Amino acid sequence: MSALIDRDEFPLLARAPELVYLDSAATTQKPRAVLDALRAYYEHDNANPHRGAYALSARATERYRAARERIARFFGLADADCAIFTRGTTEALNLVAASWGRANVGAGDEIVVSGAEHHANFVPWQQLALERGARFRICELAPDGRIDLDQLRAMLGPRTKVVAFHHVSNVLGTINPVREIAELAHGVGALAVCDGAQGAPHLPVAFDQLGVDFYALSGHKMLGPMGIGVLLGRREVLERMPPYMMGGDMIEFVHDDRSTWNVLPHKLEAGTPNVGDAVGLAAAAELLDAIGMDRVRAHEQALVRTAYERLSAIEGVHVYGPAPDARSGVVSFTVGDVHPHDLATILDARQVCIRAGHHCAQPLMRRLGVAATARASFYVYNDESDIDALVAGVRTAKELFGHATV
Amino acid sequence: MPPSDPGGGDAPAPHLSALYQEVILDHYRRPRNRGTLEHPDVAVAKKNPLCGDEIHLHLAFDGDRVREVRFTGQGCAISQASASMMTQALAGKTAAEIGAVARRFSEMVAGDPAAARDAALGELRALAGVAKIPVRHPCALLAWNALAEALSTRG
Ligand SMILES: Cc1ncc(COP(=O)(O)O)c(C=O)c1O
Repeated sequence: MSALIDRDEFPLLARAPELVYLDSAATTQKPRAVLDALRAYYEHDNANPHRGAYALSARATERYRAARERIARFFGLADADCAIFTRGTTEALNLVAASWGRANVGAGDEIVVSGAEHHANFVPWQQLALERGARFRICELAPDGRIDLDQLRAMLGPRTKVVAFHHVSNVLGTINPVREIAELAHGVGALAVCDGAQGAPHLPVAFDQLGVDFYALSGHKMLGPMGIGVLLGRREVLERMPPYMMGGDMIEFVHDDRSTWNVLPHKLEAGTPNVGDAVGLAAAAELLDAIGMDRVRAHEQALVRTAYERLSAIEGVHVYGPAPDARSGVVSFTVGDVHPHDLATILDARQVCIRAGHHCAQPLMRRLGVAATARASFYVYNDESDIDALVAGVRTAKELFGHATV
Repeated sequence: MPPSDPGGGDAPAPHLSALYQEVILDHYRRPRNRGTLEHPDVAVAKKNPLCGDEIHLHLAFDGDRVREVRFTGQGCAISQASASMMTQALAGKTAAEIGAVARRFSEMVAGDPAAARDAALGELRALAGVAKIPVRHPCALLAWNALAEALSTRG
């Protein structure tokens, strides 16, 4: 299969024809369309939005509003003011834990996460529970790598306040049944918070149909710039949340002894917003919409199936996670006793970029019983030649370490 | 693209063949002085939070000289081989002598060609190739950082 968007559209890849970039789950490369949008914003429309009483500032304000609208539409969120811009998934999840969490979770309450969460969707809840004297509960995974729904069902009860879970695992690529989990959470009156960092870039997401209260994502993992992400939320919940940070833009009136808050989305976006990167992310959404997320998904599935089959066929290679059809564009694996970091170094010498380590998911690594794995992940610019390079590199590593891998 | 896999990988880059040579892999797979001491004079643990490499070091002294040393840990071939070879280089040395070897080792990792030829480093010279791979320097140095901490704890 050839690339879905030509490498030439990505200046970094075009400049380095030999580079085999297989770390898109960490961050994607940036297409010309996004880089151009960033530059055009700063060259034509840059000013501090919401504040200046002049035409240029009004233009910046309008660009920011339009970017929000475009991104909300991409994610199937009709009420665009319920798309809150953040720095990324991490900030979006911390926002929910700090604002909603502090206002709603008390001693004896329960917070449920899964054993496969990224630290960004694990630590904020763990710490909130410690701070509040709440019970932090971890739902284990079923053999197929997805959240064990039977165990989850048994775990939920009247004290459950939050169920925080991932859409797609950044280690295993497993895809969780978001709607079903949201229904279970709502069944006991709990908040359903979904970490969409690995879902948003790879699967069609229709927020208004997903059933969750929150969906957090990072722009830089979906062709957008670093430094911008989104918290998609339900108005009913957002309206009742106290501000997360205090400062400019988020206030209505500041009296000497108290303040009142601006409306959504501004209440939750204190300070000068990141207009440039929002515009860049809107350009990424435009590009992905033009291709169609169904085709993005199909392209990744074809790549992941090939990678899975070819890697599994190599003696000593162990691939973690479900069968290719049940996963997103991620393949985590180990090669005999070749440590993943050594493997990454050997691949790097051949200009093949993979991730090695615990992938910010130490609880999951413990459950898998490994300290580290190698991870190859795919996106729209990858093609089969990238898998050839990966497989050849793995074979080289095996030879370098000798065949007697134990 | 052909669906079939090539029979084997291409030849590795020369600096990698130099690094992942027999002696390193041997220390990685059969680490020397692996284990713990029942009554260590100093015990330290060092972790590289970025990659999860881990070294626990136990030292026992006779006066100023290292009598026994053991380590446990997990991680890549470079971190574990470095630890294993380091423990061999320590036996019977005084703190001052160890300091000198440690300095020489860091110089070698930093790319000093004279250090890479220095007989005082013995087998440790097998790790000279890591100099060319800056992202792996912390792996090679992990055990040595544990050692520095152990020596300074002891005072
Ligand atoms: C599943 C998952 N959640 C959260 C994050 C954190 O995203 P960011 O670092 O962009 O905030 C990542 C990416 O590293 C991820 O893969």
